[in-house]
Amino acid sequence: MSSQPLQASNMEQLLEGIWKQNPVFVMALGMCPALAVTVSAFNALGMGLATTFVLICSCTLISMLRRFIPREVRIATYIVIIATFVTLVDYIIQAVSLALYEALGAFIQLIVVNCIILGRAEAHAAKNPPLSAMVNALGMGIGFTIGLFALGSVREILGAGKLFGLSLFGEHFQPWVVMVLPPGGFFVLGLWLLFFAWLAKRKEAQHGA
Amino acid sequence: MNGEQPIHVVPPVNSLRMVRTLMLVTSLCGGLIVAVWQLTQPAIAANKKVVLERSVRALIPNAAQIVEYDASTRGVTPGKGDPADGAVRFYAAYDRHGQLEAIAAEGAARGYTDTVRVLYGYRRACECIFGIRVTQMKETPGIGDKIITDPVFLKNFESLDVSLTPDMRSLFNTVKTVKHGTKQFGWEIDAIAGATITSKAVGRGINDSAQRLLPLLVPNLEAISQKGGMQ
Repeated sequence: MSSQPLQASNMEQLLEGIWKQNPVFVMALGMCPALAVTVSAFNALGMGLATTFVLICSCTLISMLRRFIPREVRIATYIVIIATFVTLVDYIIQAVSLALYEALGAFIQLIVVNCIILGRAEAHAAKNPPLSAMVNALGMGIGFTIGLFALGSVREILGAGKLFGLSLFGEHFQPWVVMVLPPGGFFVLGLWLLFFAWLAKRKEAQHGA
Repeated sequence: MNGEQPIHVVPPVNSLRMVRTLMLVTSLCGGLIVAVWQLTQPAIAANKKVVLERSVRALIPNAAQIVEYDASTRGVTPGKGDPADGAVRFYAAYDRHGQLEAIAAEGAARGYTDTVRVLYGYRRACECIFGIRVTQMKETPGIGDKIITDPVFLKNFESLDVSLTPDMRSLFNTVKTVKHGTKQFGWEIDAIAGATITSKAVGRGINDSAQRLLPLLVPNLEAISQKGGMQ
């Protein structure tokens, strides 16, 4: 995932995370929050935006400090920086919406150990200038948010008959409760992965033809 | 292996530089955290107050004003910050004439998936809990979450006996959750069939909280019977 050449355009950097290397559907990273908090579209968006904020801020700062950080202490330094921005996002979410804070629970603090963030820091931000690191992190953040939203919206629609809390099918709809339970996360993720694998195969076949 | 291989010389690691970098980064991060904490604290405190007041008002609709207190062996004191060791936080709800309407307090116990938190309302006149409101739970949708909506279960809390012993040192009867359909006494809670663990968590949370709070609160209730009585 660190193979992008330094001269790649910003647009390519951005699209890498959103589509080609989507953290959820292509790299299958950050599965813990992707399965655990996506019981509703609102929770999924909240977690996606929180992770994007941490990704952008930590990757930009790490890129700015990359020449000053000795290799021997780089992991310790990255973790301190990531943990700092997670703490900030923790306070900010509490200040904005306690309901979202309660819904996301411990998964806000667990952003510290989200492998997408440390992976981006080590593979990209530590080797590239701040603008490039920021754009790459933004792309990954958007890609992660899209992945979470794709899971959360399907689970909320099927599991509760709602989207963003608004009822879609009226009172006669019998919700598929399993979709908002942990197995539902695996079902929906599996179906999305199947869909993306089918897309990749179809593209491959078209190129081969 | 032969003698022609180049010898790699590892440059000496500058320990001082490592320590200096870590110190600088942690100082920068520490400053950032403290600054954002200072900026967000008023909003977080205001949010918590709004959520709490909303829950208490839903439980005690006549509440015109809600005041936080801590009950401890030293008596009842205004609640500020986190309660001290051994103290129990509760909320006194006053009507628009400044008379004590009821008391609300929180109980918590481990449920099926996570902690179940309930706010319960207490009145001295009936020595009973007259209602509950679930403030936090992550129980199984469609099963455990019936504690919020099941009218038969909620009826348990319309007059749940929490009277004290004559020496006011503990509850006369332990509040306990019994198997669905076997409730006999006023201090028992009839569990929801299929959601026994969650129902028991509600009962345990209320019992633990009431056992701690009421012996400290009831002897001092007169002091807070009117708004401003403590000040």
